[in-house]
Amino acid sequence: MPMLQIKHLTHYFGGLRAVYDFNLEMEQGDLVGLIGPNGAGKTTIFNLVTGAYRPTEGEVLLDGENLVGMRPHEITTRGIARTFQTIRLWNELSVLDNICIARASRIQYGLVDSILHGKRYWDEERQIKRRAFDLLAMFGLDKEAHEAAKNLPYGEQRKVEIARALATEPRLLLLDEPAAGMNPGEISDLMEFIQQIRRDFNLAIWIIEHQMRVIMNICERIKVVDFGETIAYGTPEEIRNNPRVIEAYLGEEAFDAA
Amino acid sequence: MKKYYLPLLILVLFVGIVGGSWLHVFNEYWQLVILFMGINIVLTVSLNLINGFMGEFSCGHAGFMAVGAYVSSILTVWLFADDKIFGPPVLPASWAIPLFPVILIIGAIAASLAGLLVAIPSFRTRGDYLAIITLAVNYIVKSAIENMEVIGGPRGFVGMKRVMNNMAAVFDAPWLLIWTFIGMLATIFIIRNFMSSTFGKGIEAIREDEIAAELMSVNTRRLKVIAFMLSCGLAGLAGGLFAHGPGGYINPGTFTILKSTEVMVMVYLGGMGSISGSIISAIGFTLLLELLRPLGTYKWVVIPLLLVVMMLFRPSGILGNKELTDVFPKLRAIFGAEEENYAHAAN
Amino acid sequence: MGLDIFLQHFLNALQWGSFYALIALGYTMVYGVLLLINFAHGDIFMVGAYIGFFIATFLLGIGGNSFAIPSWLILTLTILGSMVLTSGVGLTIERVAYRPLRERGANRLYVVITALMIGLFLEYLNLSLLGAADRGFPELIQTDVYTVGGVSFTNVKLIVIGLSVIVMVALEVFLRRTKIGMAMRAISYDKVAVPLMGVPMNAIIAATFVIGSSLAALAGIMYGSAYHVLSFDMGILIGWKAFIAAVVGGIGEVRGAMVGGFLLGFIEIFVVALGQVPGFEWLSSTYRDLVAFTVLLVILTVKPTGLFGVARRQKV
Ligand SMILES: Nc1ncnc2c1ncn2[C@@H]1O[C@H](COP(=O)(O)OP(=O)(O)O)[C@@H](O)[C@H]1O
Ligand SMILES: [Mg+2]
Repeated sequence: MPMLQIKHLTHYFGGLRAVYDFNLEMEQGDLVGLIGPNGAGKTTIFNLVTGAYRPTEGEVLLDGENLVGMRPHEITTRGIARTFQTIRLWNELSVLDNICIARASRIQYGLVDSILHGKRYWDEERQIKRRAFDLLAMFGLDKEAHEAAKNLPYGEQRKVEIARALATEPRLLLLDEPAAGMNPGEISDLMEFIQQIRRDFNLAIWIIEHQMRVIMNICERIKVVDFGETIAYGTPEEIRNNPRVIEAYLGEEAFDAA
Repeated sequence: MKKYYLPLLILVLFVGIVGGSWLHVFNEYWQLVILFMGINIVLTVSLNLINGFMGEFSCGHAGFMAVGAYVSSILTVWLFADDKIFGPPVLPASWAIPLFPVILIIGAIAASLAGLLVAIPSFRTRGDYLAIITLAVNYIVKSAIENMEVIGGPRGFVGMKRVMNNMAAVFDAPWLLIWTFIGMLATIFIIRNFMSSTFGKGIEAIREDEIAAELMSVNTRRLKVIAFMLSCGLAGLAGGLFAHGPGGYINPGTFTILKSTEVMVMVYLGGMGSISGSIISAIGFTLLLELLRPLGTYKWVVIPLLLVVMMLFRPSGILGNKELTDVFPKLRAIFGAEEENYAHAAN
Repeated sequence: MGLDIFLQHFLNALQWGSFYALIALGYTMVYGVLLLINFAHGDIFMVGAYIGFFIATFLLGIGGNSFAIPSWLILTLTILGSMVLTSGVGLTIERVAYRPLRERGANRLYVVITALMIGLFLEYLNLSLLGAADRGFPELIQTDVYTVGGVSFTNVKLIVIGLSVIVMVALEVFLRRTKIGMAMRAISYDKVAVPLMGVPMNAIIAATFVIGSSLAALAGIMYGSAYHVLSFDMGILIGWKAFIAAVVGGIGEVRGAMVGGFLLGFIEIFVVALGQVPGFEWLSSTYRDLVAFTVLLVILTVKPTGLFGVARRQKV
């Protein structure tokens, strides 16, 4: 049984068909790309998979369990985490808190312990903090731990978002345009980094990206959507030469640049 | 050594306030002012959990205060006072002393259950929904009490004075002041500890970005209901303490939107999301009300003007969302800083 | 309940609902444009009534002394004068207290607290300056009582209801036919697009406050003419209730405010009326607020966006 199985996923916003009959299977350790012109429905697919929106039709199965109808935090707890196209950190909170809070569903102590602060509370909180620092250190952000998230430069905020997603202990990580707003040097680092976390955390990664360099170089398979419909699926080589893809991207510079 | 600063400070305050009242170092008037300060701290810190930390907008704190006030005073009067409606005392007066805090807690639990009833429909949608519902609930509570003739209806409920007198007759101590002090400490302790736990910080994540919080595995609905019940419960505690004050009398007119507004003002004044700010502002505002008493009705002309002007020039209140220990780091020696406990976790 | 008595209460409910509806309109329009719960609005109603009171007393004073001003003129001048001056008060509040906060992008909670403070300020300024005694509103319209088939009603009641309906129709026309009206409606739907359409935002906001305050002033004068008693706190309860009525109708929706206002008027009048019907004596008139707020709460629980509101999904 594949780890993630998406069947006939369809979503309408009123009369607008944003996603139509989307299908995908992913295994542990896969790195899959999702591309398509602006407004093609990519972010909406992520929103459907993570439970932010409820699909009009279709199923999302994680290890055979249907996620449709679950609330987002339940889905995240089962192992799907994401970042956002526009950064959505908790701005006023410290970087450390941003990471720690993402462990909410792993907390064992209850309400009473959270007030009385017994031994069990301290043991667990220490562990949460230690893991958070480990994660931040991986990203080279441990110096910034006590800084408010909003005070970090854009590139680092993107990293904090990824670290926060990893803190939920996902098996599948969804990245929504992680390279947006980065310069070429940062993009190279990012590509390296994505492959590294896949290895270190034994994750499946599914990535939406407009930077073709990223998609073509790190993804094993690529899904192309346009107007909500899948128009191509294959290896980077196949996608590059697919006439329908070229047509959909006609005039879009991102594709030429790749 | 540092560890003992805070308990020592609390002890000094406790002995000062309770001892001072006992020995009549300050007169009844000042005892009353101190009592109100304590009650206002409970109200302000608890409302701050919702309006400050969570960023939602509850307008009906006085309604939940009323629930706690009526439930606890009905219990004390029924159990410990000779009353026209409830008849002779059910229990001997000496039991009143140990049972008083239990009854206060029951009042708080009743208020928090009322909070649960409100929370379930209110938190389905975001925005100003909670404001509207709590507003309506404040009126419903007031109106419901007015329609309960058994407990005095619009005229109010009396008899708590006798209870307090009975307690004092068994052992003469400023019991209400003692329990107000303890209730105030408990409130600060609960909110501070809760908001410093990773679990409780989810509340701030909700304020910052609720959708992101839910998508990052925070069970936002449950957390909001817990926070709201906690806040309402503490409002009920404040109500119970208030009901047993020197007047020995409560009526529905005490628990109007005006009272709720007062608490909101104190929360705002101290700073949304600042516990020490709430404490300072509750003390300051109580004093301000007393200082401006000679102005008569002009008091409520001056205070709103002050606030509107302050809103324009210092919009985030006294402390903003910071704590006193952030502004004066030296105070950490007394009040401690949670982070110290993690100093070694970093390595 | 016989048909005649029913019609009697029906007219009362229409009148009572008119006040709620007119005040609710002010709440809902400001909310639609600014997302601001203008909690001072109930007190604007009070201010409008008092300004009307002073204008009317002044004009009657002149009329009594020298040359008699016809009563219809006094009524017209009172209404227009109060609408203009009350709009001035509303605009001043917006300029001095709300706009600076908005321009700084202050948290909406602060704006709401400011609004509450402005309300308190208006109430207690009135109390302090004019004293606690109620004021008797002068009789601007000679009250005539008509009886048709067992239903008796006054001309004042008919005028109140008629004027309210006319004003509401006029408002609908304004919102649908004029450029600024259409901009107001557009803003309620889409906060982003309208400023880009080249309609000056501050003009729309000013117009919103002028209309809201004028309607409240009109309601204040009609209230005074119908009940003849003014007090410093007359705007509090009626204001809160009108606000809830606006929410029940669907806050930001003009029609919602009208329907919500009349609905509340009907609930209240008929709770009291039903208490006089044999078998329903237990339903004391003191249950009025309790029933009204509970019904509204139930409606909101079942349909959180209100009767006319549409759910707006948050974008992820
Ligand atoms: N919450 C929403 N309500 C209505 N329409 C939406 C919403 N979110 C996205 N859309 C529409 O759905 C389509 C797909 O959007 P999106 O998934 O964000 O595209 P992409 O991420 O591929 O650029 C677009 O036409 C967009 O306008
Ligand atoms: Mg997108």
